[in-house]
Amino acid sequence: MSMGFEIGAVVGKTIFIIMFALSLGGLLTWVERKQSAVMQDRIGANRASILGLRIWGLFHIIADAVKMFTKEDFVPSTPHKFIHALAPVLSIFFALLTFAVIPFGNAITIAGHAIGLQVADVNVGILFIFAMMSVAVYGVVLAGWSSNNNYALLGGIRATAQMISYEITFGLTLVGVILIFQTLSLQEIVHAQGGLIFGFLPRWGVFLQPLGFLLFLTAAIAETKRIPFDIPEGESEIIGFFVEYSSMKFGMFMFADFIEQILVASMVTTFFFGGWQVPYLADSGFVFPWGTAWDLNTWVVECLRVVSFVVKVSFFCWLQMLIRWTLPRFRFDQLMNLGWKVLLPLSLVNALVTAVIVLWLGR
Amino acid sequence: MGTIRVINVSERRRVLTFWERIYLLEVYRGLALTSRHFFVNLWRHTLRLVGIKSAPPGAATFQYPEVRRPQSPRLRTLHRLTKRPDGTPRCVACMMCETVCPAFCIKIVAEEVDDPSIEKRPKSFDIDIGRCVFCGFCVEACPEDAIRMDTGITEIGALSREGMILNMDTLLSLPPKTERGDKPVDFLQQQLVQ
Repeated sequence: MSMGFEIGAVVGKTIFIIMFALSLGGLLTWVERKQSAVMQDRIGANRASILGLRIWGLFHIIADAVKMFTKEDFVPSTPHKFIHALAPVLSIFFALLTFAVIPFGNAITIAGHAIGLQVADVNVGILFIFAMMSVAVYGVVLAGWSSNNNYALLGGIRATAQMISYEITFGLTLVGVILIFQTLSLQEIVHAQGGLIFGFLPRWGVFLQPLGFLLFLTAAIAETKRIPFDIPEGESEIIGFFVEYSSMKFGMFMFADFIEQILVASMVTTFFFGGWQVPYLADSGFVFPWGTAWDLNTWVVECLRVVSFVVKVSFFCWLQMLIRWTLPRFRFDQLMNLGWKVLLPLSLVNALVTAVIVLWLGR
Repeated sequence: MGTIRVINVSERRRVLTFWERIYLLEVYRGLALTSRHFFVNLWRHTLRLVGIKSAPPGAATFQYPEVRRPQSPRLRTLHRLTKRPDGTPRCVACMMCETVCPAFCIKIVAEEVDDPSIEKRPKSFDIDIGRCVFCGFCVEACPEDAIRMDTGITEIGALSREGMILNMDTLLSLPPKTERGDKPVDFLQQQLVQ
């Protein structure tokens, strides 16, 4: 494979996944308003119009962006102006960087070269995700610290406490997944979810690790810092780590939340819902458990797989919105109790039981 | 003698059952409720979008400037002064409303008239809407049915405090809700935005 071709492929894949994350993130700002409205028997934002055209308030995405960019960017008299400006960048940068290891499709063959549909097939992909998720907290903590404001500092400290508590569960639940699939590479994990168990059930992580899935989803939603885990933000008590931010810097924090939401949806899809796998779809076409087989073109199969990934991610974004607009927020002590006394022991038990079963079956 | 039982607030709190304390089942029930609302409303919105107007509405919202909520006929809205058949104000400047007004927002200046059956009439009749509390005592107190609160106008605003003071000419010119129907009142806007 020539060097230029390889670079072109990587650039193309990067553009695809970044555009996917950013456009879905922009769309989520609209989904957030509209979904909550429909859930609560309201109509939601529908007034932004261009030439009388409203299209269900979709122009509010543009209106929001215009507003964010044109507002006054107020910077408090803090001794850390550079860090103050750096914090939102860090927040969104590491959230976007994590998408590099998310496989959004199997592989396509162009001019005899196989291109894996994943920006970087890192063989320690899960560790890469852990690292990026950990560094992403720095954006929040630095924002709280450099704002020179007590409430912002409280928000930053709360964010630290919450992230430390929930990252342990986050990591331990994935130990079960690693034990079952025997790999740290995300593309291989998705490949391993291709088969069937009992002859009809897709071999997805959720069927092998049901408890692990619940724990992972809880911990991952806590990582996004949204309701019911919005302790660092705490709209009703302290405004949180971004109290001293305005204009697009605030917008970036908000957007980072949505990007993280997509990231969580992608991770849940990849680890527990078969990533880009379509049930019963093999490389040659559909093969159903009762013996019927439909042959499909390779390109159709690969496109179906990318679509399947997008549909699954969209579903989990919807589910997170549903959770965010249904559950009341936790108090700080409840949050800590849940993290340390419930989720951590359960995830330890889950990892232990999984290890015993894997050892027993492997013998 | 009966015994007095002191109830502690914490005693009234309902004790959660085991399944409620597990919380996971309650989360599921909550999500089922909200997602049912979501899908039912989405289905109704879709039916209406494709032109089936008989479908129940998907939202309880009134699209305010275009669609207004129906008002009760007894709703107390902006005041108006009623007229005699010859067009003169019914008011005899008895000061009852000014006296009863708890917000002191009515100011009447009386003058004499030659007609012996009337004796007095208002020279000026100002209501400071900015101070009015819409209690309706002025309407109750009026012996001549000269002031009513049945215009149906609830959107009242001005750019200055002076603009909120309505004079007699404006109050006399306002039609009752039953005559006006749902037509918006433009002349009021010109009067109020000064």
